[in-house]
Amino acid sequence: MADLHNQNPAAAPYDLIVIGGGPAGMTAAIYGARAKMRTLLIEKAKHGGQAATTEEVENWPGSGKTTGPELMQQFRKHVEHLGVDMIKEDVVRVDLQGEIKVIETRKGNRLEGRAVIVAPGAHPRTLGVKGEGPLRGKGVSYCATCDADFFTELDVVVVGSGDAAVEEAIYLTKFCESVTMIVLHPEGTMDANRASQERAYANPKIKYVWQSVIEEIKGDGIVESVVLKHLGTGERSEMPTNGVFVFIGTVPNTEFLQGSGLALNPQGYIVADPETMATNLDGVFAAGDVRVKWLRQIVTAASDGAIAACAAEKYLAEEEHLRHEVLEPKEPVLAVFWSPASRQSLDVLAWAEQANTAAGGCFKLARIDLYKSGRLAQRYGVRQVPSVLLFIHGEVVDRLEGNFDDFTHWITERTVCDCQVGR
Amino acid sequence: MLEVNKETFEAEVLKAAGAVAVDWWSPQCEPCKELLPEVEAMAAKYGAAIKFCKVNVIENRRLALGNKVLGLPTFLFFKDGQKVAELAGPEACTPEAIEAELKKLA
Repeated sequence: MADLHNQNPAAAPYDLIVIGGGPAGMTAAIYGARAKMRTLLIEKAKHGGQAATTEEVENWPGSGKTTGPELMQQFRKHVEHLGVDMIKEDVVRVDLQGEIKVIETRKGNRLEGRAVIVAPGAHPRTLGVKGEGPLRGKGVSYCATCDADFFTELDVVVVGSGDAAVEEAIYLTKFCESVTMIVLHPEGTMDANRASQERAYANPKIKYVWQSVIEEIKGDGIVESVVLKHLGTGERSEMPTNGVFVFIGTVPNTEFLQGSGLALNPQGYIVADPETMATNLDGVFAAGDVRVKWLRQIVTAASDGAIAACAAEKYLAEEEHLRHEVLEPKEPVLAVFWSPASRQSLDVLAWAEQANTAAGGCFKLARIDLYKSGRLAQRYGVRQVPSVLLFIHGEVVDRLEGNFDDFTHWITERTVCDCQVGR
Repeated sequence: MLEVNKETFEAEVLKAAGAVAVDWWSPQCEPCKELLPEVEAMAAKYGAAIKFCKVNVIENRRLALGNKVLGLPTFLFFKDGQKVAELAGPEACTPEAIEAELKKLA
């Protein structure tokens, strides 16, 4: 663990800060560290996120049958082994808009990074019915591995029919006398994968109430019954039970991102480019369950983390290149946005070089490959190749695009005064 | 922290004078294990004013049910043998929430 209190406050910002220590965040940290980025991983509670409370994991390639806690422990050891700084903190505020991103924690630490991967995951959705809140931890549970023991030889209901609901129901049968699944859909329809459904149907301890929802959870101090409503007939019935396990999907942990400028969808998930994990903010990437995606699994979270870290590395390299080649030189910079696919842009590169030689080499030439650095082109409003931008002290002072017939003349015109300005 | 069980709970918690905090946990409960270092730090900090106990619910299931503990992690807070506060479930049992209860109790 990094001891932040002993850290020099003037210390350089991290190259990469990863928010969230689930499978996505830990994989991002592994790839970040291996790419020699100075990486910080922030996790507020337990490394592994939701995976750490999933008992049975049977689809992580290479592991056969393992458990969530065990697999996440291996992830964590791998991260530690690579020398990633890890802290246990809760992020409460972020400023992600600038070149240096600032992360503030509940304990009041202020952390700075050049690139950020947001991977805070999601938490279980609640039913939102009467009795659920007061009976939480009193028979209402969202974590089978945490609470299954209490229900040894008792009867419980499981709400939901997705992968998590079906798999946790099967797990609960190891303890409970009976497990009744409350399913929204008509008889025979569940959302879980076919293999899990078949295991559930073959399990004699699992019963089903189809096409129904829970309207209320009742009990004096502990859960005693649930009120069910049949969606077809509208009929209500009360069913005695000792426990209610809820697995009806998740809600993204993005409250701390409200107002940060990061684009979220109406449900609060982060909208990121599925190719690169890039968000709408420069240098900020998203990974794992928190982003809008089609399949939420440990393996896809890890995949997101790997892509996000590589994209972050590329981003940092581009920024470094931009600073070094375009923004920081004392002399005026002619930035040629080119592309190997454009013949004309190759001509413009050659002309720029000749014109600069003719002008006594008073410019610095910077070549920016539009294909590789689409983001930079976007930042400077470059819409076509070739385009030439003239930078002085980091600012765009002139641009030429489209017609390059008078290019040499354009350069000569700017030579005298700009060189003087530059020096 | 003092490990208590079904035999010692009454003497150590219910008959104890002053403030007692009881951490209900199990080896299967990952959120409980993650909380432990912070709880131990709090035990060191408030140790003089508050007695800290923990109960492994796997070995003391009936004791848990008798105290209406049906989910983990759960923290119960006692004053002179009377239950005065409770935090149940991983969302409720944050280090901040636990410390807030301890401050009220101390």
